[in-house]
Amino acid sequence: MTRLIGSSVLFILALATPGWAQTNDSCVTCHASLDGALAQPAKDYVSDVHHQAGLSCADCHGGNPKDDSMDAMSPAKGFRGAPDKSKVPEFCGRCHSDGAYMRRYNPKLRTDQLSEYLTSVHGQRLKHGDPKVAACVDCHGVHNILAVADSRAPVFPTNVATTCSRCHSDSKLMAEYKIPTDQAAHYEKSVHAKILAGGDTSAPTCTTCHGNHGATPPGVTSVANVCGTCHVFFVQLFQKSPHGPAFEKMGLPGCVQCHSNHEIVKPSDEWVGVGSKSVCISCHVEGDAGYASAKKISDELAQLDHSQKRAEDILSTAERKGMEVSNAHLELAQANENIVKARVAVHTLDPVEVGKLTDPGMKFSATAYEAGVAALRESNMRRKGLGLALIFIVIAIAGLYLKIREMESKPQK
Amino acid sequence: MENHEPARDSAPLLARRWVNLLLGGGVLASLASFIYPALRYIIPPPVPESTSRSVVAAKVNELKLNSGKIFQFGSKPAILIRTADDQYKALSAVCTHLSCTVQYRDDLHQIWCACHNGLYDIEGRNVSGPPPRPLEVFDVHVQGDDIIAARKA
Amino acid sequence: MSSILARIIQWFDDRFGTATLKEFLRHKTIPLHRHTVWYYFGGMTLFLFIIQVLTGILLLLYYRPTPNDAFESVQYVMTQVRFGWLIRSVHSWSANLMIFTASVHMFSVYFLKAYRKPRELTWVTGMLLFFIVLGFGFTGYLLPWNTLAYFATKVGTQMGGSVPVVGKWLLIFLRGGDEVTGATLTRFFGFHVAVLPGLATMMLAAHLLLVQRLGMSVPPSVEKRIAEGKETSKIMPFFPNFLLRDMIGWYAALGVLGALAAIFPWELGTKADPFAPAPAGIRPEWYFLFMFQTLKLLPSRVLFLDGEFAGILAFSLAGAIWVAIPFIDRKVGFSRATRIFTGLGIFALGYIIMMSALVFK
Repeated sequence: MTRLIGSSVLFILALATPGWAQTNDSCVTCHASLDGALAQPAKDYVSDVHHQAGLSCADCHGGNPKDDSMDAMSPAKGFRGAPDKSKVPEFCGRCHSDGAYMRRYNPKLRTDQLSEYLTSVHGQRLKHGDPKVAACVDCHGVHNILAVADSRAPVFPTNVATTCSRCHSDSKLMAEYKIPTDQAAHYEKSVHAKILAGGDTSAPTCTTCHGNHGATPPGVTSVANVCGTCHVFFVQLFQKSPHGPAFEKMGLPGCVQCHSNHEIVKPSDEWVGVGSKSVCISCHVEGDAGYASAKKISDELAQLDHSQKRAEDILSTAERKGMEVSNAHLELAQANENIVKARVAVHTLDPVEVGKLTDPGMKFSATAYEAGVAALRESNMRRKGLGLALIFIVIAIAGLYLKIREMESKPQK
Repeated sequence: MENHEPARDSAPLLARRWVNLLLGGGVLASLASFIYPALRYIIPPPVPESTSRSVVAAKVNELKLNSGKIFQFGSKPAILIRTADDQYKALSAVCTHLSCTVQYRDDLHQIWCACHNGLYDIEGRNVSGPPPRPLEVFDVHVQGDDIIAARKA
Repeated sequence: MSSILARIIQWFDDRFGTATLKEFLRHKTIPLHRHTVWYYFGGMTLFLFIIQVLTGILLLLYYRPTPNDAFESVQYVMTQVRFGWLIRSVHSWSANLMIFTASVHMFSVYFLKAYRKPRELTWVTGMLLFFIVLGFGFTGYLLPWNTLAYFATKVGTQMGGSVPVVGKWLLIFLRGGDEVTGATLTRFFGFHVAVLPGLATMMLAAHLLLVQRLGMSVPPSVEKRIAEGKETSKIMPFFPNFLLRDMIGWYAALGVLGALAAIFPWELGTKADPFAPAPAGIRPEWYFLFMFQTLKLLPSRVLFLDGEFAGILAFSLAGAIWVAIPFIDRKVGFSRATRIFTGLGIFALGYIIMMSALVFK
């Protein structure tokens, strides 16, 4: 009797112990009790998005989760096992390319990942027998796959560069493909990386320009199109500029030529013109038309920038003194707008076009500067009114003094 | 308090008169030069309040439906929009990207920045392009004939 | 003309009974000797105080004591209101001038030993007035709510927190909380336009009453010379002789104030941002510089006391002794004791000037 009670209590206790290892899924029960790599899948799967959707080990790997014996993993019973690397895309694609199936779980998910992948460099190489390239599990994880929108996922925008550079910064791995391994390092210095790190997930990362599933470097002629998806005005102006057709003829990548592809930093006015930091002189030399244009554009920008700063300084001084310069600030805001637009117009490479913006800009900042000068002058003008008051005061003092003298020259009674 | 001695000669009397004139004139003139500014000061200026908190943006019926107007708010530009369904919206017109002045696009029903093609919706949210932050929104009140934009408390 | 004036005066006289006042004024005299010039500084300080009250009332018509509006309202006064710049600059300059003349008045009274019997209370009320005037300066400085004012107030009230025993409570009382906030501004405004003026009026009434009652003190050195027959005792009637001379001084002060307001207008500065770091080179107004420099030079520990605490303690003790001088220096004569007190005064003055100058090194 006590033995019955005892084993019942033990049984109930065993059932009550928390942990999904006590489910009636034999895969989990068995693998969780093993060591090392064999136990890892069971541990990882707890957080997996497929697990949250109610899918079990057998839903991907096949086999019989109700069978406690090794028979659960018999191919005859439908067990697929762990797929070979070259079969991984199809393994995942069995469900993820099935629109009707995916609709049951997440209707807004796309189902073209597999077909895209097969067009990618990774997909092509995998098909030709290279097991070292990336397939689904290399980027998404194996048993702890998180949704893309989950910030912990390796494919969340802020994590993408790290994930790609796991292979692409590995010089030993990349050596046989003759692919450089400095892209990630360059990208980290870029303004795009900084914006992304700041939380703006619309900023570009590797996959934005290279694609994710269909990852391929953009062709030389299409780089400009890629940049142009965000930097609309610049590409439009550039295509119409002398450089547009010229670069195409020379087979030069449009934007990348001056702005680089991975280490895209905030440009400065010094990049334009003929100075030491200029990008123009990497092709143009003194005497050619491009050199002259570059110099002119650079001068126009510098002139307006200087004029604007000068006006800004004097207005701040006047304001600190307590003078009314809000109208002048508005004028200056227009000058500021003109220089911002001028920096866009630089991409027409036409000094006349840039001049159409810098000339009115100079007028605005000159007006603002004049207003600042006038404000400072007005604070001096008050001396005139003071002068008048001082004259009266001096007269009054003189009168007092004479009165005293008069009073005290009379004999005191 | 002064002794009214009979004038022995006219010179001291004349001198006394001049002194009195100088003293009286000087004191009066100087008092006037103090009181005049004080009186002007007391009279309130035409704009009765500082324009950094609230300002008259426009008059009622000045704007057509589905149009916008740039007005001065303190030392910065601001934009007043009368939407197609006759609502007034007032926002800062300083683009959060590089401070260009934005404008209302009646074809897009959105606020557009000409510098780099940034777009904001009518509530000021940055919806497309480079602007990293929304535009500051102001409260709008109609007071008689005036439409007043005020900084949110 | 004068008969109408006389009739009006008579009308008020019948009701107010100003006859005794007029008699008193007629007979009020000022001693004439080589140190008479120092007698002008009390009246000058009073005159500047009246200027402060008048310009202050004018500023009150437009000023708003909240962090959102204070700076803007001062900017409004300076840019939109007619002659607002003049009123505001005069107010700021006159404050400084008043503290200067009050200091000259205090030191001249000290060195001429006018605090001796029966004028001990005149000295005490005068010292209290001086502290009230410093309070006016400190509270008024915050009101424009610009960066300089904000941080100067932060540092100044921080020092208040170092006072022994009551320090923590004093800090919270001054700031209206733990930090300098809008609550501090409201509180300082209340002190500046209501509390301090009320206290000042009472103290001024007492001070002036005593001065009129007791007359002007003649310095011991002059008294000695008169007693020895080396000098005759001369007097000047207050009305109109001394008063006319007073008026010359007041007019000159007005001229100086106007010139300062127009040629060196008081800056508006930039609006205070409590979350921005303090700008470099922050220091209090010139009349607090010597305390500021002393505290900067003190080591972090003096004997067994915290450095700042020791500094504040020293100043508090020095201030207390200074106020109590009439009760300490009882036998004002030509004894060595008297010379010690004169020396003490010279040391105090020299210390203040030197410490203030050192700030600019």
